[in-house]
Amino acid sequence: MSTRARVLAFIAVVVAIAVAATVYVVDQGREVRAERAAEPEAEQTPIAEVTDGPRIVFRHTGLDSQYGVVAVVPLDDPGGPRAFTGVSCNRVAARPEGASCLISDEGVATSYEGVELDADWQQVASNDLPGIPSRTRLSPDGTLVATTVFVAGHSYMSTGFSTATEVHEFGGGERWGNLEKFQLVVDGREVNPVDRNVWGVTFVDDDTFYATVATGGSTWLVEGDLAERTLTTVSQDAECPSLSPDGTRVAFKVDVDPGRLVEWQIAVLDLTTGERTLLEAGPRGLDDQVEWLDDDTVIYGMPRADEPGVTDTWAVDTTPDAAPELLIEQAWSATVVR
Amino acid sequence: MYISVRDRPAGGTTRGSSSTRPPVGRVVITLGIVSLLTDVSSESVSAILPLYLTAVVGLTPVAYGLIDGLYQGVSALVRLGGGWLADASDRPKWVAFLGYGLSAVARVFLLFASGAAGIAAVVTADRIGKGIRTAPRDAMISTATPTEHLGRAFGVHRMLDTIGAALGPLIAFGLLVIVPGGYSVVLVVSLAFALAGVALLGLLGPDVRARRDRERSSGPTPPPFRWRDLTDARLRPLLAVAGVLGLLTIGDGFIYLALLDHGGINVTWFPLFYVGTNVAYLLLAVPIGRLADRVGRARTLVVGHLALVGAYLCAVLPTSTAAATVGTLLLLGTFYAATDGVIAAIAGRLVPVQARSSGIAAAQTVVALARMLASAGFGLLWLLLGPTVAMATVAALLALAVLAAATRIPRLDGAAVTT
Repeated sequence: MSTRARVLAFIAVVVAIAVAATVYVVDQGREVRAERAAEPEAEQTPIAEVTDGPRIVFRHTGLDSQYGVVAVVPLDDPGGPRAFTGVSCNRVAARPEGASCLISDEGVATSYEGVELDADWQQVASNDLPGIPSRTRLSPDGTLVATTVFVAGHSYMSTGFSTATEVHEFGGGERWGNLEKFQLVVDGREVNPVDRNVWGVTFVDDDTFYATVATGGSTWLVEGDLAERTLTTVSQDAECPSLSPDGTRVAFKVDVDPGRLVEWQIAVLDLTTGERTLLEAGPRGLDDQVEWLDDDTVIYGMPRADEPGVTDTWAVDTTPDAAPELLIEQAWSATVVR
Repeated sequence: MYISVRDRPAGGTTRGSSSTRPPVGRVVITLGIVSLLTDVSSESVSAILPLYLTAVVGLTPVAYGLIDGLYQGVSALVRLGGGWLADASDRPKWVAFLGYGLSAVARVFLLFASGAAGIAAVVTADRIGKGIRTAPRDAMISTATPTEHLGRAFGVHRMLDTIGAALGPLIAFGLLVIVPGGYSVVLVVSLAFALAGVALLGLLGPDVRARRDRERSSGPTPPPFRWRDLTDARLRPLLAVAGVLGLLTIGDGFIYLALLDHGGINVTWFPLFYVGTNVAYLLLAVPIGRLADRVGRARTLVVGHLALVGAYLCAVLPTSTAAATVGTLLLLGTFYAATDGVIAAIAGRLVPVQARSSGIAAAQTVVALARMLASAGFGLLWLLLGPTVAMATVAALLALAVLAAATRIPRLDGAAVTT
């Protein structure tokens, strides 16, 4: 081939690639806009119908005009009509007193925000977050907020990732800062590893909580004390704990296939006996901080394999042979409000 | 098409550096643009990958971060393999093409990959591609450039490469503004850039072949590549210097962590640390490359590590301010500008012409492995001594290592070069 022919061939290839990519971008843009304009398939009900009794608050994930909007269903009819709140969140946690909502504003400089909302879904406070929203929880009386975000390394050629988990008073006030700064006590010994990461807080009361600490390739369930500023290990191999409503058990995910890849399953630890139960027939490969539906059942989100962006919320009894059941379609980040 | 011939010094004569600098060769510009396109491709994906994994695939970066470390060693071996293949075949262009092609193919699969295993496989393929192509590409730059302008040539290449790395994330997030949640759009556009890079190399990349060209220029025919060529007495001190200095080169992540650990700097700025380092690097790559051509490339390489000493110290200054942060990133960028391209420029001249790719690969592999060890060891040191003392210790050791390495500068800069 002559140089001229090569130059022409290159120009032809680049034009073809550019045209194909542009067509795809424009087409996808149109499709996403059409999707986002569509009415939800899920049945709807006015918000006033569901705000009094026990309910489940979650992020609606149907690819429609309400994508990402927080919705509410009655606890006794989770599969029934849902009420939309008009507030969009990536992660949401709620109590009767209010809600914590983590948002990512995608843009050329993507920013992340944590917003606190009152019982009528009106904003009462907002904080900048240092990374991608991962988990949020409120204390039982709604006075404390915990948030976990991923502080992602900018390049996958550099340093993996780290988490930032913080606790503060709902609506502003006292801040305990990043829990990494708390004194870590592993098996009764004070240690200060540099690679420690903390995530997935679940509150016991307004002073005590459980969370995950990872360091040196291991994860621990830790009990945290806000007044003492300590994290004390309770059990090894446990991530994203969640305390049962009666306070006797903690559910969390465990990596059942350690080594090359991660495959999480749910396990439950009885805090009084120390007995650990793996939900063997439960979900595999989940990645969520579970929530308790009642004292015997946990719920969690699972992405749909064939529909990127859509997740469903499932329920499973905390017995080894219980099978998961679909609880709420197109739902993620569910909280039970009692 | 043998355009590359005019990029080569006539018969290996050495011209003194003068004010009449010849323009940077077409080979360098072409390869630089190939790297730019490829870096736009890879960095646009890596910028959105954590968001994509959490928001769409429903994974945490944890699953992915675990895998991340495992393949660094593989990448080092692949690099040597790529260098060997380029030398044995005397076809560095097509070996580099294989590497760029593999990374482009990996992007196609990323569109369909779901789950940690799939994404890990794709990222690994991408990294293997990078391992294969780096040394042959640098060997082409080396072969196509007169010795006295090597530093500048590599500076131009690294500048273009880093511009791509800086543009990638901007393009990715720009696309997400146009198409909300359109991660597949970013992946497709990334694929388009990768394919354009591969097409540019394949169609317009000059077929630089050191051994064949040597035969044509009626010089003695170089023998085929043997591994023994890598034990060249001229290359050994370079590998030793690179290894010792590399053992005290801890990952950027630690320097950024030290800046954050001081408090005062909001963690929101974290992604911008990387951008700041890159901007400093791309601005300084050419001037420092030219400086290296004037004052000696080995001298620049060794003394450039003092910028890293400065970055270590600046990161743990008791008064952590915005100025200290900017200073740290500037020093880090200076360090890369004085070392990354420069070491390839040196290595390519210290081995026989038939071992050029392998020689460059050997130097880069030594650096990569030494830095891996350094990061592992430094984690432990940080744990024992805390960030400030640990950083100060490494800074002091590195300063000593620079002094020791300085004794090798005359030998390296004065070595007979393979033109």
